[in-house]
Amino acid sequence: MEAYLYWTGLTLVASPLLLISGLVAQQVFGLKLGEKVLFRWTLTLTSIGLLACVLHAIGMLYGSRESYHLELGQWVALDELEIHFHFKFLFDRLSLPFCLFSWVLCWTVVVFSHRYLHRENGYERFFFGYGLFVLGMTLASLAGTVEVLFCGWEMVGLSSALLIAFFQERSTPVRHGLRVWSIYRFADAAFLVAVLLLHHLSGEGDFEHMTGDSPWPITHSVMAPETAFWVGLLLLVAAAGKSGLIPFSGWLPRAMEGPTPSSAIFYGALSVHLGAFLLLRSHAILLASPALCMATVGLGLATALLAGCIARVQPDIKSSLAFASLTQVGLIVAEIGLGLEVFALIHIIGHGCLRTLQLLRAPTLLHDYHTIENAIGHRPVTQSQKSFGSMIPKGLSDYLYALAHDKGGLDRFLNFFFVNPCMGFFRWCDRNEKRITTSLSVWVPSQPDRSSRSAKLIEPMEIES
Amino acid sequence: MIAPLIGSWLQRQKSQLAARRKVALISSGLTLILALGAWIDFSLLDVPQAHDLWPLLSMLLGQEWLIVDALSSPLLPLAALIHFLVILMTPPTKRRRFPYGLVLVMETLVLLLFACRLPEGILLLMALSAIPPWMDLKARGHATGLFWMHTLTSLALMVGGWLLMESDQKGGPLGPVLLMMGLLIRAGSVPFHLWVADLFENASFGVAILHVTPMASAYAAIRLILPDAPDLLMDLLGVLALVTALYSAGMALVQQEARRFFCFLFLSHSSLVWLGLEVISPLGWTAGLCVWISVSLCMAGFGLTLRAVESRVGYLDWKHYRGLYRHMPMLAIFFLLSGLACIGFPGSIGFIGMEMLVESALNAYPHVGVMVLLAAALNGIAVLAVYFRIFTGSIHPGSISLAAMPHEKWAVGILGILIIGVGLAPQSGVNSRYQAAMELLTPASNDTWIPSHDQASGTLGSLSDGMNPNH
Repeated sequence: MEAYLYWTGLTLVASPLLLISGLVAQQVFGLKLGEKVLFRWTLTLTSIGLLACVLHAIGMLYGSRESYHLELGQWVALDELEIHFHFKFLFDRLSLPFCLFSWVLCWTVVVFSHRYLHRENGYERFFFGYGLFVLGMTLASLAGTVEVLFCGWEMVGLSSALLIAFFQERSTPVRHGLRVWSIYRFADAAFLVAVLLLHHLSGEGDFEHMTGDSPWPITHSVMAPETAFWVGLLLLVAAAGKSGLIPFSGWLPRAMEGPTPSSAIFYGALSVHLGAFLLLRSHAILLASPALCMATVGLGLATALLAGCIARVQPDIKSSLAFASLTQVGLIVAEIGLGLEVFALIHIIGHGCLRTLQLLRAPTLLHDYHTIENAIGHRPVTQSQKSFGSMIPKGLSDYLYALAHDKGGLDRFLNFFFVNPCMGFFRWCDRNEKRITTSLSVWVPSQPDRSSRSAKLIEPMEIES
Repeated sequence: MIAPLIGSWLQRQKSQLAARRKVALISSGLTLILALGAWIDFSLLDVPQAHDLWPLLSMLLGQEWLIVDALSSPLLPLAALIHFLVILMTPPTKRRRFPYGLVLVMETLVLLLFACRLPEGILLLMALSAIPPWMDLKARGHATGLFWMHTLTSLALMVGGWLLMESDQKGGPLGPVLLMMGLLIRAGSVPFHLWVADLFENASFGVAILHVTPMASAYAAIRLILPDAPDLLMDLLGVLALVTALYSAGMALVQQEARRFFCFLFLSHSSLVWLGLEVISPLGWTAGLCVWISVSLCMAGFGLTLRAVESRVGYLDWKHYRGLYRHMPMLAIFFLLSGLACIGFPGSIGFIGMEMLVESALNAYPHVGVMVLLAAALNGIAVLAVYFRIFTGSIHPGSISLAAMPHEKWAVGILGILIIGVGLAPQSGVNSRYQAAMELLTPASNDTWIPSHDQASGTLGSLSDGMNPNH
């Protein structure tokens, strides 16, 4: 049984590595493989990964195993400095269902994307981003140490930004991709501080050293409440950035600029739940600090409320689904804060499947309505119901509408308090540096006139004989 | 060390541009092979220092100048590789004006510097290494005043500081402070960084890259003054390094021109090396030395890619999106790879060093670690922003192929393999840098100093006494 679990686990981890290696080679060497070859390569390895995941799950159920550790050695070890980066993977009641859920959706999206992106410029680029995402999700979900989780986390973030900017001939997707990447970078910084603090406190990055030997969800923190509060707060900030919780919710509709398949798996199902997954993995740390639990619940509920309002005023289907997704993520985070970990995991899986279906069907929404019209002979008549909105006083309703339309003013808040002051300061420094440089150059005797410094001539390409 | 000098003389005998380039390429390639051989030989010897078998310089000058040890043994092939790649990747549009001879002389000087242990030799070589960039600026008809002002000031401070240290029996702080100030000016530390931006804007891009990426001033600091510097000095070093990291990261974000952007990005990353060295602990120094290698390699690759793009489209600015991905996908991917490797993306050469650096900073003073991460976050944003500016947007119109040429593919391939290969298998590199750090931190006395992991002797005391969890 050990050998069986070992090989299925190894296959599961190795298949996305092999997938991305092939795709990297194709991109780097500019090999013109064609859509069919690329699709078959991706589908084959995704199928292998999915099969390995299923077999592993069956093996663990058959052997009544609650957890299994797959050790693949040390990435870096310096005993004198107590530096250890393990390649360790943990298969338990949290990681295996999440991993299986991820692979099922990834497999679905591969099949969908082959037709959806047929003859699209950047077909290869999409699958490169997809491969990086699958690798990142596998590492993050199966991580047995915080370092491996962080590696997966970063890969998911990069693939996310690159796929949002997929339609790179237009500037809007590119700007939105950069915005998302910027938010991810700050969230990742918070995560890395938490990783290093956890490493420092426990001596190693293993989750069992931080949350005890008992299998998930029966875990307990070995930290003092005060320490757990600060570490947990950093993890909460990281989760908020990755999952689009307040005050980072502004990036989620921007992310819909990417192709529908990536929107489906990233922002409907997997990437948007990665923050919640991180909180589930480290929920023992959250539970060690009641104040942190309250903060988690408050953040989750506030996000759900705001996203619920915003979703109702969106003019397009993908944005509406994005905020509907965020509403559920907010509720999931609140459930985690309340200590309902298993319920939250079930919620994640159910919500992810539903949202993926909705997002994949979104491009054909109008076609669906036309089909219904043709079938019944007239437009469907929606019965008027007394909606919740009609019970709210008009003044409050107007205010909520304006707030929702402005997406809670979160982007304006971040721009006004952080982005604009920083950029303004550095632009001021840049202008003054250029003035100082010019004046210093003029002050030093017998120097050529520098006023034409900015007029750079374009050198024509010379063809060597 | 002699090979590039001979190459420089030989290439001057050739009148044809192609022949000069060929000679330069062969001599720098040979130098690279010899430097690699020296590194491998040193590793196999398993000794703390390797001396010249035929000590010609010692006989001529009466002292042993050149010694290879754990610190310098990988720096020699690193410097040789960067020089080789700069020559290899010189685009056809720049070959007519590119100073092959000067670059080979620069190579000799930096190799000599990295093998030099004598303080007088180090100071002399630091002074001599400022001449080739000056000559390049002069040859291009650009103002050299700003460059010389900073260079002479730094040299005067270095020499004056060193002389004071030698003559002061009591070991007062003035000498070391002057010496360190001179080194920081040479390193381009804020607020003495204006000359670096000026150099990048006006000199040949290749010459500017070669002048800064080996980080000669960090080497000189280790040999001349660290790790026995007084606390006041280390405070100063830490503050300036942190300010440079953050300030340069922010400045890189707002730049509109490619060369200035590269300059600030490099300054931000190179100051992280100084931050690692400021934390006088095995972890800090191991991290600093690892980051040194990764920053030099990745920033050189990043700069060379930028140079390749610049040669194709002319003056490069960020006022609009260039849409060059379809024309040069290989260069685009390598640009992103090298940029992400600089900021420590997982799986790349910079990851482990950055992790250790942040951990050492967090161990010493938590807020310093947070600021390092903030600088890294800003740099990450800047890298992707520039990638999008250059390679996305409406497809660049043009009928001439802009794809990577064979020599560029080779260079990109070599660097890519190093960035990813060492990133995936960093153990031997980390061991080597740890060994170098321990040899440098161990006092010259017979007593062996075995530091403990908990010993956090970073000296930014004036900033954060209240926040240090170790207090």
